[in-house]
Parts: sequence; C-alpha cells; structure tokens
Amino acid sequence: MAEAENTAPTTGGESSRRDFLIYGTSALAAVGTALAVWPFISSMNPAADTLALASTEVDISAVEDGQAITVVWRGKPVFIRHRTEENIEAARSVDVAELRDPQTDEDRVKEAPWLIMIGVCTHLGCIPLGQKDGDPKGDFGGWFCPCHGSHYDTSGRIRKGPAPLNLPIPPYAFLDDTTVKIG
Amino acid sequence: MYTPPTWNNKAVKWFDDRLPIVTLMHKELIVYPAPKNLNYWWNFGSLAGIALVIMVATGIFLAMNYTAHVDYAFNSVERIMRDVNYGWLLRYIHMNGASMFFIVVYIHVFRGLYYGSYKAPREVLWWLGIVIMLLMMASAFMGYVLPWGQMSFWGATVITNLFSAFPVVGESIVTLLWGGFSVANPTLNRFFALHYLFPMILFAVVFIHLWALHAKKSNNPLGIDAKGPNDFIPFHPYYTVKDAFGLGIFLMIFAYFVFFQPNFFGEPDNYIPANPMVTPPHIVPEWYFLPFYAILRSVPDKLGGVLAMFGAILILFILPWLDTSKVRSATFRPIFKWFFWLFLADCFVLGYIGAQGAEEPYVTIGQVATVYYFLHLLVIVPLVGWFEKPRPLPESISAPVTTKA
Repeated sequence: MAEAENTAPTTGGESSRRDFLIYGTSALAAVGTALAVWPFISSMNPAADTLALASTEVDISAVEDGQAITVVWRGKPVFIRHRTEENIEAARSVDVAELRDPQTDEDRVKEAPWLIMIGVCTHLGCIPLGQKDGDPKGDFGGWFCPCHGSHYDTSGRIRKGPAPLNLPIPPYAFLDDTTVKIG
Repeated sequence: MYTPPTWNNKAVKWFDDRLPIVTLMHKELIVYPAPKNLNYWWNFGSLAGIALVIMVATGIFLAMNYTAHVDYAFNSVERIMRDVNYGWLLRYIHMNGASMFFIVVYIHVFRGLYYGSYKAPREVLWWLGIVIMLLMMASAFMGYVLPWGQMSFWGATVITNLFSAFPVVGESIVTLLWGGFSVANPTLNRFFALHYLFPMILFAVVFIHLWALHAKKSNNPLGIDAKGPNDFIPFHPYYTVKDAFGLGIFLMIFAYFVFFQPNFFGEPDNYIPANPMVTPPHIVPEWYFLPFYAILRSVPDKLGGVLAMFGAILILFILPWLDTSKVRSATFRPIFKWFFWLFLADCFVLGYIGAQGAEEPYVTIGQVATVYYFLHLLVIVPLVGWFEKPRPLPESISAPVTTKA
C-alpha cells in the first residue's frame, strides 16, 4: 500500500489560513445540515388538521347527581363527573400539604359539582376505572388504575401508587347551564 | 496471507476484474479461516442472520396486503389471515419469526458472555451486536403495534409514555412520537414506515458486525488466540455444513410453532380491535421484553424505572472494561462460571416477574432480581476478575488433542 501523501507544505502562514477555511467550511456545513433536518423532524409533530380537532362540545343536562360520562377529546377520554355533596366534602377536607401533587379541589373545578379532567393515568397512560357504577374506585372513592395500581381521590388527585401527578384538567368553559366546551 | 485464486472461467474473470466480488466471497466465505474447535453455540450467529432474512422476506409480502390506517389495519390483517393466498402462513412465520429471532439472539449474546467474546480485541464487534439488539427491539415493538389490536394500542401507549418521564422535554418528545395528542393514526403510519426502515438499517449494521468479526476472527470455546494455520480450518466446507445442520434443527422447531402452536407466543387480547377508551386489565409486553419490563416496574420512581430499564442494556457497552479478567473463556474461570449461571437464572427470574401483576410477592422478588442484575455487572464481574485464580490455559487450540496425556 502507498503511504498517505504529505498533503501540504507546512509553512506556518499558509497552513493556518487553510485550517481556518476548513474549520469555517465545516462549521457552516454543520449548521446547514442542522437547518435542513428541521423540517423533517417538525413534520412528525401534530399536523394542522390534528390540531384543528382540538375542541368538543358536550351536553351535560342528562348527567344526574353521582353519575359520570366519558367523552372523547383529542383521541383521549375526558371524564365528566357530576359529584355528590359527599364527594365534594371528601375532596375539600383533605390537607393539601400532604398530597404528592398539592392542589386544592377549588383549583381543579370551575363549578363545584362538575369535575372535568383527562382520564389518562399520569403514570404510563392507561385509563383508570371508576366511571361506571360497578367499577373499583380505589381507596379514596375516586378512580383506580388497573395497570400499575394508582389510586385517585374524588378530585382526581393522585393519592397512592406509582403515578407522579394528578389527573390533568383540560381547558374548558361552560357555554351555558347545560353545555360545556372542552378545548 | 490470502492469495486470490486465478479464475478459469472467462466471464467470471472478466467480471471479477471489474468488481472483485467473487474474490471477496471466496476470501470471506470459502477459505475464511475459523478456529477448528468451535462448538454448536457458535451456530447462533448465522441462525440470527437467517432469521433476519426470513423476517424481511415475509415482511415485504405482508406489507403488500397491509393497510396502515386505524380504520383498516385490524381488518387488513384479518384479511391476510382469511383471504390472501397463504397469508396465514406468511403472517404466522413473521409473528413466530420475531420470537425465534430473539431466542437465537439471546443465546448468541449469552454465548458471548460465557466465552468472553466481548473482550479485547473484539470490543467493537460487541458494541455493534448491542446496536443490533437495540434496533431489533425497536423494530419488534413497532411491528407489534401494526395489527392494531388491544395489546398493540396499549403497548404503544405505555412504551411511548416512558419518554414522558424525562424532565422538561419529556412531553414534547411524546407528542413528537405520536404526531398528535394520543396514540392515533399518525402514530400507526409512522410506525409502519419505521418498521419497514429499521430492518434495512439492521441489515447494514449486521454487515459491519461481520466486517468487525472477520477483522479479528471468531473467538472460540477455549478463549485463547488461534495461532498459526494448525489452529484454523476453512469456513467451507467445515462450518457451512455445521451451520446447515444447525439450521435444519432450528427450522424444525420454528415450523412446529408456525404450524401447531402459532399463537403460543402471542396474547389473545391482540385479536380484539384497539379501543382507545378501554385499557385491558392485564397489560404485558411480548415475552422478549419481560425482563426489561420487570426492571422498569421494580423501581418505584417513574424516571428511575425508565433509566434502569434502558441502563440494563446500555451498561453492556462498557462490559469489556468492567470485566477485569484477562482470561476469556469461563471454562478456565472456576468462580466466574458460577456467577454466569446465576446471572442467567436472574434474567429468567426477571422474565417471570415481568409477566406477573404488580403485587406481592412479585414486587419484592423483582426488586431483588433487579438489584442483582446490576450488582453482577457492576460489582461481581470486576471483583471476580481481580480475585479469581484462573485454571492454566492450554498452549494452543491444538495442544489439548495433540499432546499426550
């Protein structure tokens, strides 16, 4: 095999000017490549039509005291529970400082009887049980996730199990007494 | 030294002169020198390569009848099973092929662990093997999502949610993976695209793996360097025939599952179409992920669990330096040998625990097994290499048979 050729006479001035050009060109190429990669990565984020499906209107007039319904918003279940007086009482008598993700019940609802939250466990994304009458509701009378055993209370706050956070509250607004717009 | 042959056939000579691929194949597949004492555990590398070819071949033909859309995916798979000519056969080979591929690769990995194949000068070869294993895992995970059954959907949900454990960027990464706000059609589409791409990358890395292998040649059961022509035999016909025999046995076992127990490795829940509103009561990953799933669940902290799970594989990258012993083969390492079997047993325990619910006594057993997994690699392996007195090594590969007792 031929030895690698000595590429340039290494007199100081010329070599350093060449080095400068090589580093400059390489840096520019690196920045250019990074810029070119951007649209590829960005195309993987939610598209405009996916973002456009971002709100749902729900008629809640038929949901009686103590009942709950599940609606779909952005492909995820949203739990809407018409809470009883006892539910609200139980949620508000808790010492907030003791909670893993401290939040008062007042901060989690707009109108006390209506608890509206995303029904996706904050551990690894399973759907907690507790919406139907016969479901297990966990140790705190709210929801129970069957995948890895997280317990949520009547305000949807994490009380026991591996989940780190309370069930999240979606943005929503009451349009009138019987209609709520989620998203 | 290798001297290329002179090709008598004029056409071959003409072609080889312009692209010396015939010479290359002659050098690397025919006269390629292999240690003469390789045992049957050395069959699993070539079996893994054949498993990859089988997966790619069946996968391409399945893709011709598959529809990557949430409304059609499940039914298109059922159509493959019922209506497409031999669709059931292609799909059952592909489904069981994934399990066969993992069995063969796991044996191949543990062969390397036992005989010290990861040690100098084969560290880069070992790294490439880990890269191959990671690519396999990613491909297998995404492939399992494609039939869009309940386990597909919820497996995808749980695994993609792992990334939400990372602080600050976690949620953005998950949205990026999903292409939406939950596992949905954009997710299925990209998983199909990537499931088709990854095996091609895998193929390329396998070739680099082989390149690294052929640079330093195979390790062998004695773990000593092969010295001189007396220790080698040509790959063909000696190992082509040995590999072919092993392949026959492998294909018989493979065919048994395809034809008699095609759903043995699967979950019945995956024959229920995906329902984003109902989580199945008992989510388990495919068997080949169970040990890692057990490690994930053993750590009570979400981020900690995720790091431990990925760490369990990534730690193998530094194994060549964690192992302080100069002796490769466990045959000559009286203490390490026992710890090797204990480590293997630990991996089986983790696999068993991964399949159980998150309750006692499984949680505690899983935690002990997880601690032992890391203890073995991070503490026991370095210490044993230090304190153990290895048995005397033979002079050469030929010595034990040629010297008189």
